[in-house]
Amino acid sequence: MIRVNGLTKDYGSRRAVDQITFDAQQGEILGFLGPNGAGKTTTMRILTGYMPPTEGEATVAGYDVVEESIEVRRRVGYLPETVPLYTDMSVFEYLKFMGDLRRLPNVEDRVDEVLEQVGLAERADGTVHNLSKGMRQRVGLAQALLHRPEVLILDEPTIGLDPGQVVEVRKLIREIGKERTVLLSTHILSEAQNICDRVLIINKGRIVAEDTPENLQSRLLGAERVILRVRGETDDLPAVIEKVRGVQTVQSKEEGVVEFQFAPGQDIRPEVAKAVVGAGYDLLEMRPMGMSLEEIFLELTNTERGAK
Amino acid sequence: MKTVWTIAKREYNQYFNSPIAYVVMFMTLLVLGIIFAVVFRNSMDSAMFGGGFTPDNSPITGNLVFLMVFSAPALTMRLVSDELRMGTMELILTAPVRDWELIVGKWLGALLFILTLLALTLVYPLILNSQINNGLDWGQVLASYLGVLLVASAFLGLGVGISALFSNQAAAFFLSMGTFMFLWWLIGFPANLVQGGAEVFQYLDMQSHFYNTFNAGQIVLADVVYYLSLTALGLFVGTSAVEMRRWR
Ligand SMILES: Nc1ncnc2c1ncn2[C@@H]1O[C@H](COP(=O)(O)OP(=O)(O)OP(=O)(O)O)[C@@H](O)[C@H]1O
Ligand SMILES: [Mg+2]
Repeated sequence: MIRVNGLTKDYGSRRAVDQITFDAQQGEILGFLGPNGAGKTTTMRILTGYMPPTEGEATVAGYDVVEESIEVRRRVGYLPETVPLYTDMSVFEYLKFMGDLRRLPNVEDRVDEVLEQVGLAERADGTVHNLSKGMRQRVGLAQALLHRPEVLILDEPTIGLDPGQVVEVRKLIREIGKERTVLLSTHILSEAQNICDRVLIINKGRIVAEDTPENLQSRLLGAERVILRVRGETDDLPAVIEKVRGVQTVQSKEEGVVEFQFAPGQDIRPEVAKAVVGAGYDLLEMRPMGMSLEEIFLELTNTERGAK
Repeated sequence: MKTVWTIAKREYNQYFNSPIAYVVMFMTLLVLGIIFAVVFRNSMDSAMFGGGFTPDNSPITGNLVFLMVFSAPALTMRLVSDELRMGTMELILTAPVRDWELIVGKWLGALLFILTLLALTLVYPLILNSQINNGLDWGQVLASYLGVLLVASAFLGLGVGISALFSNQAAAFFLSMGTFMFLWWLIGFPANLVQGGAEVFQYLDMQSHFYNTFNAGQIVLADVVYYLSLTALGLFVGTSAVEMRRWR
């Protein structure tokens, strides 16, 4: 659905996007992760036909973003980062105008529908100007959904929303992502972990990693870490665990807590549990300590920084 | 074309939400009212002394067109500038709207507003018509209004073009007004001074295409072409400006 090949964008002498290549399939939710100024917004603006790339090419839904820009724009729903809206119109008027620009049949019914979807039906007649930030975000989202686009490009879609709405919007995105293609950018790594099928980590205009959230974790981790907690003293607990086959390292933490590692793929947690209980300990908790995307992210973007 | 219409309709409606449009309307009608009263009065006076001239509508349209040097920039200044300032350009340019459709839509919206204003100013010829024995020469009125509309079209086209160059309304306003003053009053001056090329300046002089022909009741094709060319030039500048912004 989205095909990007060697995309580069220079603003004057500043290179914002540098030779980016990636694909997104239909029914896939692709997450763009990266620090400020990584080039996420710039890439999205190129894909939505807002600006042409300096080099490289991109197709969306089979159409070239430069040569067949209008066709691309017909098929893309876009929520810009700054959520620009005509603030002097009512929510309904605004959405109707955008729908008219896209020549939707039965615009008014469709507007009511999307307003329902984003939970803004009762604010339809209020002016955009009087909406809170989160509500404006939802109006922007409604605008992106209006024409049931094949491809949805959302630049930081959940920013400024209250926790309840974050959950709602993520659910909505996951729903849409089942049949259509969604490209979203975010700084919130748990969000990427939560809704994306695949994550692209981008830094200084380059892709530094691309994989499913789970694979990214295990690929970078090298080993799986587990935290184990028992009642009372740990005494010879590290020694007991060390004897289990497959355990790589054991480390005593605070009182009653031990961390051990094993090679990914061979899950030896049941054996460890048996050994611990067998040695007379009261096992309270055993929990995987996956390296969070936060850590992976910092690691990747730091290496990049260090290399320069 | 439908897209142009959608954009024009929005702009037209927006005028009625903004104080500027009402100010333009009010001032125009007020100034014309004063002029109307003075002209009418003069003709009554001279009629009393046995001489006299029959008043016609040309002072109304003649001043209407002159007022546009100031009102047109007020109507066009925010048309594109505001979209740039508010960032809504990103919305429009990622919707299936061609750059020229946006610009032409904006221009058309402003032109529709001017048409509304012109319709309101028809009260003056209507009053006049009822006061003159033989009635007004409606052919002349029609020709002069067509002229006003063409001048408005040219001003608004240029104004939209200039508005697309700035994200700041005030900058768009002053450059537009400066341009209109130049085209309306100043460019004709050199025609009287220089020897060669006088015709060029005369041709470029915007008011000569109005007062000598349309406002005297004549429709001359060359004048129509002149104003339409200026309109096209403005719309072209606007479209190019939008396009250039993308490439930066
Ligand atoms: N219109 C512009 N003119 C000049 N430089 C720009 C422009 N827009 C972005 N840049 C530069 O391009 C780089 C990438 O910016 P971009 O907005 O794409 O980053 P981003 O990944 O979206 O960041 P953020 O997470 O802060 O939204 C930055 O260095 C930025 O300063
Ligand atoms: Mg951004």
